[in-house]
Amino acid sequence: MKRLSLVKMKESGKGKVAEISGGSALANRMMSMGIYKGREITKLSHFALRGPVAIKVGRSTFALGHGVAAKILIDVDTE
Amino acid sequence: MIKKIYLIGNPNVGKSVVFSRLTGVKVISSNYPGTTVGITKGYLSLGEEKIEVVDLPGTYSLEPTSKAEEVAVSLLNELPKQEIVIINIIDSTNLERNLFLTLQLIEEGYPVIACLNMCDDTAHRGIYINTEELEKILQVPVISTCAVTGAGIKFLIGRLKEAHIQERNKSSHEERWKEIGRIIEAAQKLTHKHHNLRELLEDASVRPLSGLLMSIIVVYASFKIVRFLGEFLITKICDPVFLNFYQPLLLRLNSALGEKSLLSHVLIGDLINGQIDFKQSFGVLTTAPYIEFAMVLPYIFSFYLVLSILEDIGYLPRLAMLLDNLLHKLGLHGFAIIPVLLGFGCNVPGILATRVLESRRERFITSTLISIGIPCVPLQAMIFGLLGAFGGFYVFGVYGVLFSLIIIIGVILNRTLKGYSPEFLLEIPPYRFPQPLILAQKLYYRIKGFIFEAVPIVLLGVLFINVLMYVKAFDFVTGIFAPVIQGLFGLPKEAVVALIIGFLRKDVAVGLLGPLDLTAKQLFIAATLLAVSFPCIATFIVLLQELGLKDLVKAALIMVAVTIAVGTILNFVIIH
Repeated sequence: MKRLSLVKMKESGKGKVAEISGGSALANRMMSMGIYKGREITKLSHFALRGPVAIKVGRSTFALGHGVAAKILIDVDTE
Repeated sequence: MIKKIYLIGNPNVGKSVVFSRLTGVKVISSNYPGTTVGITKGYLSLGEEKIEVVDLPGTYSLEPTSKAEEVAVSLLNELPKQEIVIINIIDSTNLERNLFLTLQLIEEGYPVIACLNMCDDTAHRGIYINTEELEKILQVPVISTCAVTGAGIKFLIGRLKEAHIQERNKSSHEERWKEIGRIIEAAQKLTHKHHNLRELLEDASVRPLSGLLMSIIVVYASFKIVRFLGEFLITKICDPVFLNFYQPLLLRLNSALGEKSLLSHVLIGDLINGQIDFKQSFGVLTTAPYIEFAMVLPYIFSFYLVLSILEDIGYLPRLAMLLDNLLHKLGLHGFAIIPVLLGFGCNVPGILATRVLESRRERFITSTLISIGIPCVPLQAMIFGLLGAFGGFYVFGVYGVLFSLIIIIGVILNRTLKGYSPEFLLEIPPYRFPQPLILAQKLYYRIKGFIFEAVPIVLLGVLFINVLMYVKAFDFVTGIFAPVIQGLFGLPKEAVVALIIGFLRKDVAVGLLGPLDLTAKQLFIAATLLAVSFPCIATFIVLLQELGLKDLVKAALIMVAVTIAVGTILNFVIIH
């Protein structure tokens, strides 16, 4: 198990949300969209040059700005 | 006794379509979060009673994160809870995420009725929802609907009175998600489906390389279709009607009025070589209707047709994601592209759509950039019509200048305004096939809006201008501005009138340039200035309403400075 930010995670990788840093406002907003501690997510893509990250959570797809993505830590299984 | 019904739900679950079905009021719906930024009201007849129905902007929770959501949440507490019913619209294809708001509403003690919308879209995605089980768990009426076809709406209305207040313990967000997990386990079954073409395209559009390629194709094709369809309508339908049927009528009217009379001057305008020239005569009955119906309307139709299709498919949020990086440099984030695109149709809805942006700073930057750098369809159609005659080079030149201005002003505003760029966080909806009926209604609504708002102003405006010209009232004003217009911008002093009229309507203003016999360079400069200078009065009013007086003055000063700088630079940099 390895913990890294959504930005560092590799594309099409799966993992569980470990922590959302950066204040309760962001965490609450993510929470209401279904992104919360323990939730499984799949990273779809990542745009270069500090671009946005796309993730799949349940049946929803979200685009997250680079700044948001950097604040989300993910537990990823290491093989 | 129900006094009011509120429609509430996550963004992009089809609230507005349900609203239209319940009340018969036509509202614009699209496939992206945040189509509804204001509050729409209508009435539902329930037996003898008429109950007010309120369509609220979409929200993920009862804790608001944008101006639009704030409005939604505050309205819910206008009346005592016993007197209202909340219809919670849920996207059946995404039950889990939607239930968060549902549980919150129930816990807060609102009388809720749950409407599982888009139920036609579940089976082929391998989703099966047991509504009876869900009803038992939630203790609220649960009705499956498909609002675009109208299925289930009758049942929904029939069960409105069953909504009741429940006593439930308030839970923390974490507990609520755990409960949702249990509900989903009991009431929803998923069968595994292989990726189909649609899902492949959905994923490809949010990946850098394939997404960029797709966006280039989509934007290029959209532009080509708008241009082709617009030109086709003009040359094959509008022009022939005006030339073959309308012109002979006008000529007869003109000889009846007597040439050189005030009436002839106002209604018909100047004859060019003894003939009516619809682009130059400038009469209330000649150039005014020609501009609106034969130059602008065809483009309004083709632009909104293409935009509406893109909206309903759900492509725009993907474009927002691709442009996020670029827009960050301007102090915005990807979603700001949606107000900007709407601004291409008309600046007014564009600026209204900035309400979905979180911060005041973003709303100011976006509104200012739209007012300066985004030409509306009427203005663009006129630029194609007049400047296009000198070659596509000049037309692209105008777009080039405007695009550079957006980047330059955006970067400057981002560096100088206090505050930071907010974070981008947007749900990307699935692709949906546009429903022809919904599409046609939306197109009709937008075209009707144009005809009813623009045509009277244009006719009255031309009347007003002609009377003033007849009594030579403009000579004084042109005299005052002559040094700037002639000296700095290299335009004839009569062009002042066009720039002033630009405040009224941009299409008429470009029309006024027609009779001035400008060179290509002069027309290029004048058209660019009309785009960047003050927006039309309708836009100004919305700017005042959305930004407040202080920020409006700030934006207006930027516009004046930009106009003078751009006019002067273009005049002295382009030699020919």
